[in-house]
Amino acid sequence: MQSPLYTWLSIAFLVAAGTTGDCLMSRAMKHIGDPGEIMRQQGLGTVIRRMSMSGRIWIAVFFMALAFFALLFALSWADVSLVVPAAASLTFVTNALAAKVFLKENVDRRRWAAAVLVCCGVALLART
Amino acid sequence: MKPRHFLVLAGMVVFSSVGDILLSRGMKGIGAVSLSHGLQLIPAVFNPWVSLGILFLLGYFVSYASALSWADLTFVVPATSFGYVLIALLSQLFLGENVTVVRWLGILLVSAGVGVVARSPHLTKDHEEAPAKVFSPALSAASEGNS
Repeated sequence: MQSPLYTWLSIAFLVAAGTTGDCLMSRAMKHIGDPGEIMRQQGLGTVIRRMSMSGRIWIAVFFMALAFFALLFALSWADVSLVVPAAASLTFVTNALAAKVFLKENVDRRRWAAAVLVCCGVALLART
Repeated sequence: MKPRHFLVLAGMVVFSSVGDILLSRGMKGIGAVSLSHGLQLIPAVFNPWVSLGILFLLGYFVSYASALSWADLTFVVPATSFGYVLIALLSQLFLGENVTVVRWLGILLVSAGVGVVARSPHLTKDHEEAPAKVFSPALSAASEGNS
């Protein structure tokens, strides 16, 4: 088992990279449109071509890959019952903040309440 | 939301939960990887458990990208947190793990959060950037016929 400092640093990096990837992916997919609808009308090839030619998707995938490797480091240093819930609970709050600031989503009280409830719930699940 | 949208959200829950468990199983078999030997992570990708975990996470990625095309990020992320509840319940039912009172409280809070977000609209903003137009031969022929 590695030092807790390394574990928490990798979790912090995982949360930052994951949130960046989530925001970029959300913006890219809103621009591309619903893959299900596109596939129904134009086929799977169009969906693959449209997504693979989107620069935003690739930047989002890059940040998600960074988050993935941070997850692998963290999982090799600490238990999954700590790493996954801790990273997820922090990501709920950072995602809500980033969605409001960068994506201009209407994060009303209900959405904040949901993020905080899920964050606390996941933190409690991680204690056992 | 259409029934297909609920299926996409359910797919996210299943793919991410199973994928995380498979990755954990694989990485525990490999052992601790130090930062100075970070390249050890490359062969880790070929471990069967890690490979299967990556396949499941690819399924999660496809479902996630699809969900983000028709819903807010702040709707999709909490709505799929039900996976944590699923793991806790399955671990008690099938693995005989003890689910403590604290854990039940956690399950209650996550479920409440999912319930709250599920009652809100899945898309709250008209996006300035319109989605790329979908070409429809039928619509195109009709508009040509009108002109």
